Amino acid sequence: MPKLPLDEWIETIVGWMEDHLKFLFDMISGAIEGIVNAFTWVFMLPHPFLFIVILGILAFLVGRWSLALFSVIGFLLIYDLGYWSQTMDSLSLVITAALISVVVGIPIGIWCAYSKGAARIITPLLDFMQTMPAFVYLIPAVTFFSIGVVPGVIASVIFAIPPTIRLTMLGIQQVSGELTEAADAFGSTSGQKLFKVQLPLAMPTLMAGVNQTIMLSLSMVVIASMIGAQGIGAEVYRAVTQLQIGKGFEAGLVIVILAIVLDRFTQQLFKKSDRKRGR
Amino acid sequence: MSILQLHKVSKLFGPHAESCVELLEQGWTKERIAKEKNVTVGVNRVSLDIEAGEIFVIMGLSGSGKSTLVRMLNRLIEPTSGEILVHGKDLMKMNKEQLRTVRRQTISMVFQKFALFPHRTVLENVEYGLEIQKADKRQRREKAKQSLELVGLAGWESKRPDELSGGMQQRVGLARALANDPEILLMDEAFSALDPLIRRDMQDELLDLQEKMKKTIVFITHDLDEALRIGDRIALMKDGAVVQVGTPEEILTQPANAYVERFVEDVDLSKVLTASHVMRRPETIMADRGPRVALELMRERGISNLFVVDRAKRLLGVITAEDASAAMRGGQSLEDILIVDGPRVHPDVVMNELFEITSLSKVPLAVVDDENRLLGVIVRGALLGALAGQNHPKEVIPDAETTAG
Repeated sequence: MPKLPLDEWIETIVGWMEDHLKFLFDMISGAIEGIVNAFTWVFMLPHPFLFIVILGILAFLVGRWSLALFSVIGFLLIYDLGYWSQTMDSLSLVITAALISVVVGIPIGIWCAYSKGAARIITPLLDFMQTMPAFVYLIPAVTFFSIGVVPGVIASVIFAIPPTIRLTMLGIQQVSGELTEAADAFGSTSGQKLFKVQLPLAMPTLMAGVNQTIMLSLSMVVIASMIGAQGIGAEVYRAVTQLQIGKGFEAGLVIVILAIVLDRFTQQLFKKSDRKRGR
Repeated sequence: MSILQLHKVSKLFGPHAESCVELLEQGWTKERIAKEKNVTVGVNRVSLDIEAGEIFVIMGLSGSGKSTLVRMLNRLIEPTSGEILVHGKDLMKMNKEQLRTVRRQTISMVFQKFALFPHRTVLENVEYGLEIQKADKRQRREKAKQSLELVGLAGWESKRPDELSGGMQQRVGLARALANDPEILLMDEAFSALDPLIRRDMQDELLDLQEKMKKTIVFITHDLDEALRIGDRIALMKDGAVVQVGTPEEILTQPANAYVERFVEDVDLSKVLTASHVMRRPETIMADRGPRVALELMRERGISNLFVVDRAKRLLGVITAEDASAAMRGGQSLEDILIVDGPRVHPDVVMNELFEITSLSKVPLAVVDDENRLLGVIVRGALLGALAGQNHPKEVIPDAETTAG
C-alpha cells in the first residue's frame, strides 16, 4: 500500500499560507508583541518592592489576608532568588495568551451554544487541539511567526483556549429552559437575552473555564521557551539541558508560586462576583 | 370581538409535521398518525374565543397539550397550522419585531416554576419587562414598586428570589407579569408548585386582583377544583383537543361526553355549587297585607313561613305562621311580627357554607342580590337533595386516566 503523502500535503498548505498570508501573520505578530511588551513594561515599571506591595494590597482586596500573605512571601522569594525579570516576562506571556483566549474563546463558546452546527464542527476541533502534543504547534508557529515570544503566545493560545470555549458553551446551555423562555416571553431581543440572562447565569461556569485557560497557558511557558520565548521557562529549560538540579528546582518553584497566586486570584475574583449575586 | 381568537390551531411534532395536519382533517386519529407517520400530535385543531376581562381556564391532565397550547398564544412554540388573532391581528403573520411588541405590551406570562432570574433582586426581576423596552429608569422603578405593592410584597424589593418562600416567589412572578400592564395574562400552572393552603390564598388573591384589574387571563391547570374556583369559563382538553367549553356550572351539570362526566364525578359538589343552584322560588307577601292573608297563603301552600317584601321585591323580613295567628288574634300588623334579622346570603355563596348557616337558623335562608332583592329561598331539604340529586350516574369507561394529577 502506498504511503498517503499527508506530510507533503501539510507542508504544501503551510508553504502556501507562508507565501500568501505573510502580511496577516506580520500584523498579528506585531499586535501580540505589542501587548506582551506593554505588559512587561508595566510590570517592570515599579521597583519590585513596590510591585509586591501593590500585589499584596490587591490580594487583600479580592481575597483574604492569607492570599495577601502568600503572594507577598512568594514574590519576595522570587525576587530573592533573582528571577524577577524572567518572572515578569513569563507573566506577560501568560496574561497575553489568557487575554487572547478569553477574547476569542467566549464569542466562539456563545456561538457554539446557539448553533448546533457550529458545536458539531468545533467540539472535535477542540479535542484535536487539546490532544495533539503541544510541541507540534511550535513548528507552524515558528514557520509563521519566526522565533521569540509571539509563537510562544500563539502556541499557548491554541493549547489553552479549549476550556474557555467549552465551559462558555456549557454555562449557557445549563441556563434553565424556563428562564430563557421567560426572557423571550417578555419580548427580549436575542442580545438582551444573552447579556441580561444567559451570560450572567453562565458566569460561574464560564469563569471556571477562564481559570483553566490561565493555568494551561502557564503550563506552556517551558515549551514556549524552546522557541526562544524569554522568561522563567527558559531557566527551567536551561537547567534541564545542563542537568543543574538546584537551578531547575528554583525555577520550577517560581512557576509553582506563579501558578498558585494566579489560580487563587482568579478563583477569589469569581467567588466575589458570585457572592455579589447572592449565592 | 373577542380579544383572543384561536382558529384550528394545531401543533405536531416530528418529521414533515405540516403534511400531517391534512391527515387530521381527513379523520386520522392521533394514534394512527403516531404509528404510521412518526409524528406526535400535541395540539389538535383547537378553536377558542376568549373574551376580554374573563378568566379563561384551560384544564386537562398532563400530556393533554394545555401547556403547548398556552405557549402558542405568545409563540414561544410555533404552531404548525392555524390562526391566532390578538385584537383581530394574526399573530402568525407577525415578524419578529411585531411579535416582540406584542410580548412587551399585550401578553405577559407567569410560569409554573416561577422562572425568576436568580441573579437579579426582586425589584430587578419585576422591572425586567420594562427594562428591555428601555423605559426610563426612575419610571420603571416606580412601576415595578407599584406592581409589587399590588401583590403585597412592598418592602421586599432588594431581596433575592431564593430568599423568598414559594408563594412569595410566585407573587414576584405575578408582579413581573403585571408591571408592563398587559391586557392578556398567560398563567401556566401558576399555582401548581405551591402547597394547597398557599395555593388557595393565591387563588383568592388572583380573584381579588382581577376585580380591580379586569385583565384577560388564560389560566392553565390540571386541578379541577382550581378550574371551577377561578374560571369564568373552562375549556377541558384531552389528547390535544378541546372536549368541552363552558362555565363551571355547565361543565358540572351538562358534561358534553363520558370523558368530561367521569372527569367531574369526583368533584365535591358542596364546594362548587352555589346558593343560586339550590335556591327555590320564594313565597312572598307584600308588607301592607294583614296577618289573615298571610296565614291563608301559608295554609294554601302548606308552608310555615313567608318572606315579606316591598314593591321593588326588596326583602324586609320573614314571618312565621305562629306569630301570624297570634297577630291576628291581637290585631297587630305584619310589621309588628316581622323577623328582620333572619339569615341572608348572596347567590355566590357555596353550598359548603350554606349548611352551617341553615343549621343555625330557625327560619329559611333568604338569597338576596346586592340591592337586597329577594331571589330565592334555601330550605334544608333542598340542600341535601341538590347534593344527592347531582350525583352523576356512574359509568364504566375503559380509558385509564381517572384522577386529575
